[in-house]
Amino acid sequence: MQNKSIRFRARSFVAFALVPEAPLEQWLQDLDRWIENSPGFFKGRPVVLDLNVLKPQAAEIGALVALIAERGIRTYAIEADHIDSLGNDLPPKLAGARKTMIEEEQVDAEAQAQAEQQAKAAQSPSNTLIVDQPVRSGQSIVHPHGDVIVMGSASFGSEILAGGSIHVYGTLRGRAFAGAWGDRSARIFCRRNEAELLAVDGWYRTAEDMEPSMHGKAIQVHLEDNAIQVAPLN
Amino acid sequence: MGKVVVVTSGKGGVGKTTSTAALGAVLAQSGKKVVLIDFDVGLRNLDLVMGAERRVVFDLVNVTQGQAKLSQALIRDKRVESLFLLPASQTRDKDALTEEGVASVINTLREKFDYVLCDSPAGIERGAQLAMRFADEAVIVTNPEVSSVRDSDRIIGLLDSKTLKAEQGETVTKHVLVTRYDAGRAARGEMLSIADVLEILSVPLLGIIPENQGVLRASNVGSPVTLDEPTNAAARAYADAARRLQGDDVPMVTPVEKKGLLNRLLGRRVA
Repeated sequence: MQNKSIRFRARSFVAFALVPEAPLEQWLQDLDRWIENSPGFFKGRPVVLDLNVLKPQAAEIGALVALIAERGIRTYAIEADHIDSLGNDLPPKLAGARKTMIEEEQVDAEAQAQAEQQAKAAQSPSNTLIVDQPVRSGQSIVHPHGDVIVMGSASFGSEILAGGSIHVYGTLRGRAFAGAWGDRSARIFCRRNEAELLAVDGWYRTAEDMEPSMHGKAIQVHLEDNAIQVAPLN
Repeated sequence: MGKVVVVTSGKGGVGKTTSTAALGAVLAQSGKKVVLIDFDVGLRNLDLVMGAERRVVFDLVNVTQGQAKLSQALIRDKRVESLFLLPASQTRDKDALTEEGVASVINTLREKFDYVLCDSPAGIERGAQLAMRFADEAVIVTNPEVSSVRDSDRIIGLLDSKTLKAEQGETVTKHVLVTRYDAGRAARGEMLSIADVLEILSVPLLGIIPENQGVLRASNVGSPVTLDEPTNAAARAYADAARRLQGDDVPMVTPVEKKGLLNRLLGRRVA
């Protein structure tokens, strides 16, 4: 029971993509003017160099990174679809970027419904989200501030992310992340455990690593010495 | 105003088209005006199961794009007078359907028919979402096995979020129809039990259709099983389900394994 799992967290950051264009001299001048007007704008911000417009030769990239470094901008990564690999002296190549809007995100209907649920929860002073409907496969309940209480079951392929603790009064078949925004004291409770994954504060245990004796039982889950403890209720 | 019912499942091959045809035929036989719409654009099958494949001239895509009138595309069934089919196009894909086009077709049909049955394509993408978009009720077809039940659960989530009713704060009335139920295999634990399925989906049961060779035979001759062989166990189960869909209280019978004296003496025989 004491085997410690590896701490593993997926995180996403918003990076600024700089897109140099030809002619390069002109572009650098424009950049200089910009930096003059907003000094310190790029300080400490992850900047990705997007070379898909300029399409320079692989040999030219080092000089370009140096030119940008002269202006106090550190390049974290390079996007260049036309080049297979970059030398070890260069920042790593990045692929699979998605466009994002800072502050304003596009949400689809499913996410919007969830957001409304959260908005309702935010109004109540206790900050507990009570879900009266079963949580269906493919749905995720995200509630960063407070506990989540699910009156029915949470299906396989569903996710519950709570800032606090998670209570499931039916069968928990999906994935549950308690204390997902950094709360080591958060717990997970369920009437019947068939969970795919149980996590507290980023430490997790999959169904395969769980004691078979805990399957199908009423359980509670808490964090002890950076290890997920699954214990029977009462 | 008629009812719009989507027959959906998520997973393919569980019996959506068969169930649409069988339920539609019984509803029509009971005197209701029924139209079946095949939403599986590009992979149409409902016309085959209805035995109308040689009479298709215009289809759903033609109507939504204004190339044909609804009355030109509707095919009247030769066996039941109040049963109609709006076939899908085989040469187009699901992107050929627009939400406005589908809305106008369904609103027109809703006024003329008692039941508009939408046969959804498999999957959770555009085609399936358009099929369920304007539904008042949903029949979720599920086989008693984990992958089918899981996909059905996903579809129920979409019914509760992506339909017009859901967006207006109402709910689509949902029914689970368990098909291909094999009593023997369920008793031996090789299939999920009805109780398991209902516990996972927490949606009321519309009917249990036993696994039956007659269903496949009927499909192959282009006839809904409820018309082809009305005394067949699956056909009777579909007839009961159709009555429940209309709000009748019909007691639910879980199929049990039939074991003759000879079988019992000889031990288990392969079915």
